[in-house]
Amino acid sequence: MRNPIGRKVVDIRPSGIRKFFDIVLETEGAISLGVGEPDFDTPWHIRDEGIYSLEKGRTFYTSNSGLKELRSEVSNYIKRTQNVTYDPLKEIFITVGGSEAIDLALRAMVDPGDEVLIPQPSYVSYEPCAILADAKPVIIELKEENQFRLTAQEILDNVTDRTKILVLPFPNNPTGAIMEKKDLEEIAKVIIEKDLYVISDEIYSELTYSGKHISIVSLPGMKERTILINGFSKAYAMTGWRLGYACGPEEIMAQMVKIHQFAIMCAPTTSQYAAVEALKNGDSDVEVMRSEYNRRRRYLLSEFERIGLTCFEPFGAFYVFPSIRKFNMSSDEFCTRLLKEEKLAVVPGTAFGDCGEGYIRISYAYSLDNLKAAMERLERFIQKLQ
Amino acid sequence: MSIREEILSIIEKNSRIGVHDLSVLMGEDEVLIANELKTLEDEGIICGYHTMIDWSKTDIEKVNALIEVKVTPQRGLGFDSIAERIYKYPEVTSVYLMSGGFDLMVILEGKTLQEVAGFVSNKLSTLDTVLSTATHFILKKYKDHGTILDRQYEDTREKVSP
Repeated sequence: MRNPIGRKVVDIRPSGIRKFFDIVLETEGAISLGVGEPDFDTPWHIRDEGIYSLEKGRTFYTSNSGLKELRSEVSNYIKRTQNVTYDPLKEIFITVGGSEAIDLALRAMVDPGDEVLIPQPSYVSYEPCAILADAKPVIIELKEENQFRLTAQEILDNVTDRTKILVLPFPNNPTGAIMEKKDLEEIAKVIIEKDLYVISDEIYSELTYSGKHISIVSLPGMKERTILINGFSKAYAMTGWRLGYACGPEEIMAQMVKIHQFAIMCAPTTSQYAAVEALKNGDSDVEVMRSEYNRRRRYLLSEFERIGLTCFEPFGAFYVFPSIRKFNMSSDEFCTRLLKEEKLAVVPGTAFGDCGEGYIRISYAYSLDNLKAAMERLERFIQKLQ
Repeated sequence: MSIREEILSIIEKNSRIGVHDLSVLMGEDEVLIANELKTLEDEGIICGYHTMIDWSKTDIEKVNALIEVKVTPQRGLGFDSIAERIYKYPEVTSVYLMSGGFDLMVILEGKTLQEVAGFVSNKLSTLDTVLSTATHFILKKYKDHGTILDRQYEDTREKVSP
């Protein structure tokens, strides 16, 4: 029989998270700080609108781009948070989570051999999606000394004649790093000068703890060359609803929608009705969740200081990314031993890129009681190592 | 959120939290928080630090009842003096002035049905200003003070995810 598998796919490395997931499942009584999704339930009024849409029989496809009402609400939302105007009919469309938008943006924009700059540590899908789109991923290794922010110089060091796209993943999973206005202004200069496009994945935008999130699209000249990706998963605790959106120049959106229409048809209808409610009346829910995350973030940082774990202060998402360098073992070994010896699961930094070596990702999408129990285990483990 | 609002929203859910832990969660100075707590107590905004107990899970008998009370308001005093008359009974846990079909909502805690019934017929109904009462016994508490009582939290998320 012929080999049924295409080589492009075989060559993609399996997610480092998957491997770890299997070990965690085998460990009985393990506490996990390994999840990448909120612990809150979707606010009831949002779920209620989803249920109501089902009761009314709204069970058909929507248009390929998504409900007009939802696109208008997305447009209003970006206007009120970033003061940037997107045409809801031509410059916004609804996707199956932010992940689909990442995939579509890359597929719609690159030709074989085009180079895509991907800062790491970052979310696991950028690199494989770039490869699947026949692009060449070029990794930029972010540095703790810069608080894992992306600098203009790092872009310059990696730009070639073939560079077309920069993926901008902030607030960042797994580091929790954010980009402030001055950081964005510096890289915007380089992006314009080198005529690059930006795929800005802002899925954690609502979870920023040092003032409001600033999108690169709000800087002069950047809306024209940016695909803004966001969604409902993190802000409204709606991961299972699978709903996100992409905003950008009409000619790029048209091509992305083309792929979306053939591959997906439309995002889930029930989720879209629920999302309208989220954008209309969900601000106070987001505020409550953000305050709660922020308390947990402060708690973890104070615990790290107490037990002697170095960590830069992250101001976004719901992750902290402490360094474990001083224990002279790899991230993988640290996490495996922590799980075996203290039954605490955290994710090795290397799951998010080779440069995550020497770090672990700890999620605080858990109740304070849960975090307290976990910190007792982490403290015991570290005391044993010292 | 102001410091005051944040303190209140945290201790409303967890009154056992100490000043140090509050200062960690809020990223504020301990002395500042201790002072604010003191002020909140002095101003009567924090009225007590109670514990939520689901008595139905113990073998101790408790009966709770809501009583709708219609009264004649008194000249110059309105409802306040009759409310005071009622809330002074130790078995009365809450008294609210209501809009709508009746005037006072009285919440009562007793050991037995008879005890509650006795209170209503002997003490409450015999007050001069009380016109009528309607007593409702609580059969089961599903949710109280924002807390769901008959559900155990279960984390159904995948244990590790990107």
